[in-house]
Amino acid sequence: MIVAITGIILILFVIGHLLGNLQIFIGPDWINGYSQHLRDLGPLLWAIRLFLLTAVIVHIYVTIQLAIENRRARPEAYVDRQYVKATFASRHMVMSGLIVLAFIVYHLAHFTFRKTDPRFALLKPDPLGHYDVYSMMVYGFQNYFVSGFYVLGLFLLTLHLGHGSSSFFQSLGLNDNKLTPRLALGGRVFAWLLFAGYTSIPVAILLGLIKPAQQL
Amino acid sequence: MNFRLKIWRQPNANTPGKLTDYEVRDISPNTSFLEMLDILNERLLERGEEPIAFDSDCREGICGTCALTVNGEAHGPDHPGAVCELYMRKFSDGATIIIEPFRVGAFPIVKDLVIDRSALDRIVQAGGFISARAGSAPEANSILIPKHNADLAMEAAACIGCGACAAACPNGSAMLFTAAKVSHLSFLPQGHPERESRVLKMVRVMDAEGFGNCTNTYECEAVCPAEISASFIAKLNREYARAALQRSAGE
Repeated sequence: MIVAITGIILILFVIGHLLGNLQIFIGPDWINGYSQHLRDLGPLLWAIRLFLLTAVIVHIYVTIQLAIENRRARPEAYVDRQYVKATFASRHMVMSGLIVLAFIVYHLAHFTFRKTDPRFALLKPDPLGHYDVYSMMVYGFQNYFVSGFYVLGLFLLTLHLGHGSSSFFQSLGLNDNKLTPRLALGGRVFAWLLFAGYTSIPVAILLGLIKPAQQL
Repeated sequence: MNFRLKIWRQPNANTPGKLTDYEVRDISPNTSFLEMLDILNERLLERGEEPIAFDSDCREGICGTCALTVNGEAHGPDHPGAVCELYMRKFSDGATIIIEPFRVGAFPIVKDLVIDRSALDRIVQAGGFISARAGSAPEANSILIPKHNADLAMEAAACIGCGACAAACPNGSAMLFTAAKVSHLSFLPQGHPERESRVLKMVRVMDAEGFGNCTNTYECEAVCPAEISASFIAKLNREYARAALQRSAGE
């Protein structure tokens, strides 16, 4: 239940984060203004970040505990094992979750703390005086390895949420016989929509559809 | 039909076991899986070898005694149904069949394919009962039960307690079993006096017995011979949350 509730918090963040990022398609003024707006929240922004960080830590701590108990529950493994219904995603939530965690750490170092790419420090403010997030994202994603790692991280997030975004209904008891298969399908569609939304940004940049607003 | 069998042999709980190769010949396609093992055992006895120990009782899918993992699936490849309802025609001639016990830490192996499932009995003992008035049977229509609730209680009551849910679960969780027992009684007015204490006690004993946790993979309902739906696990989660909330509110 704790896993379900912290999971819902993180899913809501992932939706909001995508909506914010998609503003890159509208233009530099939108996304740069949006990020300035977030920074202007000041202490509230840090409160939200702390809240999300707590949700992540609790989500991971409890699931690792559960996974250890689950390992202990079957001390001797089957010689032969066939799954009838359990999906690949549902059986590898710990693995997909840990890889997503590694991705999040890189993502924060890349775009939030800007420690991995020295060019980001050379970016000048945009004409409205905001930090040029637009050009930062474009320069960041023009590297094939960086974009590739983002797509990989997003794919694992998709696997994770393909199971997780419908699983929490069951954990919280918010379903019945008729609803469960629809929720399972809905969860997978939702996860792949997120994947399409998020990957559209690096793909558009690599295809040259979005160009930096300033030259370095 | 002829088959090559790889069967788990283990002399007792403390000695490590291993798969041993056997061959059976001239088996009728309409032989049940357990009858095939009986035929093998008779041939082993004729040769003076130790027969393979396995559990069975009613052999018509209603008692929940037989418990084998056949080719990596609890109760074998013919779902829904217990392994006694599995027929050799389901396999191709000359096939290799791997037979293992249900592997759950809470079900220790007694010998070969025989496991001790008394952990499930202890979950039921913790609260899977109702307080009933002793004496002559009351008038049946004096307690009205909505049809929908009666149907759901009946579906949950179909659980035969074989433990396939825990055997198939990637986490060795007995949530489907416990959910069926809790749901069966909580849907009915007769089960309401102990409604809160029942779910709290049964879940506590389930955890104490060393079963794993439910991660909603639904592998349990796929192998359940009684077709218990995993939506009863959602019902269990609801009942547990409700009872825990009432308990913390001091009721």
